[in-house]
Amino acid sequence: MKRLLAIALLAFALTLSSAAFAIDPLPFQNTAQRERFQHLTRELRCMVCQDESLLASNADFAKQLRRQIFDMMQEGKSDQQIKDWLVARYSTFILYDPPLAPSTLALWFGTPAILLAGGIVVAVLLRRRTRPAAAITEESGEDW
Amino acid sequence: MNEVARKPISRFVPLAVFAALVVFFVVGLVWNQTHDARFVPSPLINKAAPDYRLPRLDNPTQFVTKTDMLGKPYLLNVFASWCFACGDEHPVLMAYRDKFGIPLVGYDYKDAPQDAKAWLARHGDPYHEVITDQSGDTAINFGVYGAPETYLIDAQGVIRYKHIGPLTPEVIAKDLEPKIHALERAGA
Repeated sequence: MKRLLAIALLAFALTLSSAAFAIDPLPFQNTAQRERFQHLTRELRCMVCQDESLLASNADFAKQLRRQIFDMMQEGKSDQQIKDWLVARYSTFILYDPPLAPSTLALWFGTPAILLAGGIVVAVLLRRRTRPAAAITEESGEDW
Repeated sequence: MNEVARKPISRFVPLAVFAALVVFFVVGLVWNQTHDARFVPSPLINKAAPDYRLPRLDNPTQFVTKTDMLGKPYLLNVFASWCFACGDEHPVLMAYRDKFGIPLVGYDYKDAPQDAKAWLARHGDPYHEVITDQSGDTAINFGVYGAPETYLIDAQGVIRYKHIGPLTPEVIAKDLEPKIHALERAGA
């Protein structure tokens, strides 16, 4: 039984890994270039299949863009040049790491701002509560 | 008790915070219902359309370029025989092809020419001419990521409007026709 389970798990793991690397065999020059490619395409959105990266997606669109990105790498383009090329066509929506821009201010600073506001509220409430607390210790003891 | 009596306003702070959260959630829900995140505004609006040189569907030895099309505005409608939503859009194009007032050019996207021909023969051909992009490489320069998509390109070759998804009579009346009329006024 245990062995069966182990085999089943192994088979499952193999299907997973093959799905994760069921990527077109691109002839990379070396490991460093392949890693750079994987790192870059992981940060890019597959526009047709929401919430999947260009690296992970099996969509035709993603395959084609991977090929284009690969070709641009062979031409010696930098990551930034490739990203700019994509943004010019598909807008910053294609980037998973959104740049700081007027339209993304809320995204970048919204959460810290809310956290800060909450912290201030808590601090003010705590300060108010601790001051009169000394005067009403006797009474409040009975409430509990 | 004592504290509450002294500062009645503080009692309502949790309620106010909760109400604010509810407002956030409702706005978020409504926004998501009415906005499809996939329909990203194209960065190519009001920019020159990319150069292209693509074969005609009816005569693949003849190529159409962006330069050939300069001089008058036209609509470029990206479609494919494999695209379901294009089937939904098709009757609308048939009904409106002569009402746009400008040529409707079909852009057959990643499609086998014989499939596209069969599709147009079966459903009817709304296009004044059809160009084919079998590899889809040119489409990337247009920022195409799903058919159907429709571009309004003016006489100078500048993209003035883009619609992602099927054109509907509502979209045509509300967005597309005003843009076409604006071009006509500017050109007159």
